[in-house]
Amino acid sequence: MKKYIHDFQIIANRRINTEYFVLSLANEKKLPEIKPGQFVQVRVDNAPNTFLRRPISVYDVNYEKNILYLLIQVVGEGTRTLSELKNGEKLNLIYPLGNSFSLPDSEKALLIGGGVGVAPLMFLGRWLTEQKKEPVFLLGFRNSELQVDIDRFRKLGEVYISTDDGGAGEKGLVTQHPVLHNDTLDISMVYACGPDVMMKAVALWAEKKNISCEASLENTMACGFGACLCCAQETVQGILLVCTDGPVFNTKELIWQI
Amino acid sequence: MADLRVCIGDLHFKNPVTAASGCFGYGKEYEDFIDLGKLGAVFVKGTTGSNRKGNPYPRMVETSSGMLNSVGFQNKGIDYFISDIYPGIKQYNTHIIVNVSGSTIEEYVMVAEKLNDLEKIPAIELNISCPNVKEGGMVFGTHCPSAIKVTTAVRKAYHKTLIVKLSPNVTSIYEFARAVEGAGADAVSLINTLLGMAIDAEKQKPVLATVTGGLSGPAIKPVALRMVWEVYNAVKIPVIGIGGIMNATDAIEFMLAGATAVQIGTANFINPRVTVEVIKGIEDYLVEKDITDVKDIIGALKIPG
Ligand SMILES: Cc1cc2nc3c(=O)[nH]c(=O)nc-3n(C[C@H](O)[C@H](O)[C@H](O)COP(=O)(O)OP(=O)(O)OC[C@H]3O[C@@H](n4cnc5c(N)ncnc54)[C@H](O)[C@@H]3O)c2cc1C
Ligand SMILES: Cc1cc2nc3c(=O)[nH]c(=O)nc-3n(C[C@H](O)[C@H](O)[C@H](O)COP(=O)(O)O)c2cc1C
Ligand code: FES
Repeated sequence: MKKYIHDFQIIANRRINTEYFVLSLANEKKLPEIKPGQFVQVRVDNAPNTFLRRPISVYDVNYEKNILYLLIQVVGEGTRTLSELKNGEKLNLIYPLGNSFSLPDSEKALLIGGGVGVAPLMFLGRWLTEQKKEPVFLLGFRNSELQVDIDRFRKLGEVYISTDDGGAGEKGLVTQHPVLHNDTLDISMVYACGPDVMMKAVALWAEKKNISCEASLENTMACGFGACLCCAQETVQGILLVCTDGPVFNTKELIWQI
Repeated sequence: MADLRVCIGDLHFKNPVTAASGCFGYGKEYEDFIDLGKLGAVFVKGTTGSNRKGNPYPRMVETSSGMLNSVGFQNKGIDYFISDIYPGIKQYNTHIIVNVSGSTIEEYVMVAEKLNDLEKIPAIELNISCPNVKEGGMVFGTHCPSAIKVTTAVRKAYHKTLIVKLSPNVTSIYEFARAVEGAGADAVSLINTLLGMAIDAEKQKPVLATVTGGLSGPAIKPVALRMVWEVYNAVKIPVIGIGGIMNATDAIEFMLAGATAVQIGTANFINPRVTVEVIKGIEDYLVEKDITDVKDIIGALKIPG
């Protein structure tokens, strides 16, 4: 897929809670096709200690209005600087980058996200509904305050929640959620995005259940388009690049480094 | 319009701006962003005698105004390059220069010999300065007699333009420049990355899997400029300046310090169009200063007194 470098304009910066915000980005040029699971490389201006671009998943795309959405968690200087962007300001992106999630055989698919790992699942869920599939979301957050856009996820499919403190949904880790332990869930595919420990736990669960599992990895990146070889991932096929061969991998392929 | 052409040995570059090895893949990673035919040359990835897996992850950490990497020579080896990569890149309308890496003199010689026959590869860059491999690599670049030995051996085996890439991890880089000039190098390029390290205080652990790595980006530019200037004053062969170039002004500074051409590395990750922007910027500078030939700024640094 052809990659572009474009200046986008911020048309909204929506604060969701103390940690998360969503940027709505518009571009005069028509958006190219973007696939669920793909990411963008954001240039962070006016942040003296943020030298490299920051990889951020595509949270959603509205082709009609030509708008790209990014869900971002503030973790350091780069993301904090992005959180302070105002309407009308410019944001330079390289996109669309990476591979994408694949279509499940079954009607239903389970989409498991932890924290900011829910980001690629909105766009994936929308795409699945367009493909006449039924996404079922299982979303995990540290507490109820940190939940993200649950209403919007609900518009796409069933939503189950886990929080560490039990403030919303079930208490505990996503992998402890009862929905994973009732056998009525008829799925052939689970998608996972979140902390490595979570994805690994989901992969193990999927393996036991004989369900295919795709995980989206977040190895640190310098370029994001295959030029630096910094984002290496050990796989059964040898070293692959998370930015071009991934970020989505079938977990059977992965040799986990945790 | 100013004349941007420069020569590295017998080799003519359409302009002094090139892409640095290890930062530009095989060129094709940048095809969506720029017309590669506009560049003076492309230095492709470090190529070794056989398949190398590279170092374990994490291989990269951002630092103040730069980054540390410990990629190592991840590549599929020279035979794969010849059979699978070369056919796809030989039509580029720019010089493709292969960065030759290895652990032993025999390996360097073997790779160089095989590159003799590739019509569209007019030069090699002998990488005796990689800090990211256990044996070889930097050892040749930080021990003068070894640098002479490997350069002499490759010079015998390789018939086209031979550029030797120097390590900054030495006390007197100009001694190495003189030594490889004496051993038959047609040009030197410098600097490779500076050996550095990063620590995670919270975990009390090194950030990189290899503990140490190579520092690149604007953080190393002052060191690189000084070294280019020292080497320019010590040798007669052309010098290719590398280290932290982010824009045309940086590139011009290297040329004033004595570089005939420059390589741009890390900056490409942030701005994949930086190389062509630098060409344009150099042109604008020359026009503004009423200079008709870019060669007139090479080593044109005016030192008062
Ligand atoms: C393919 C991909 C997709 C991503 N998608 C999103 C997304 O949709 N939304 C989002 O908010 N974040 C996403 N991330 C993570 C995001 O890139 C980092 O959080 C961001 O780079 C941090 O930048 P910073 O300057 O704010 O923090 P820094 O100052 O660089 O780091 C602050 C802290 O965050 C941690 N951190 C830095 N980079 C990463 C990383 N790549 N992964 C995990 N932890 C990291 C560091 O260990 C450090 O402790 C994605 C990462 C990748 C590789
Ligand atoms: C990710 C990465 C990989 C590199 N790989 C090589 C290599 O294979 N061979 C080599 O001679 N230099 C390699 N280098 C060094 C660069 O070519 C260059 O000398 C150095 O990065 C300084 O220039 P810069 O500051 O413009 O990046 C690499 C640098 C980086 C950042
Ligand atoms: S981030 Fe540069 S190759 Fe993946």
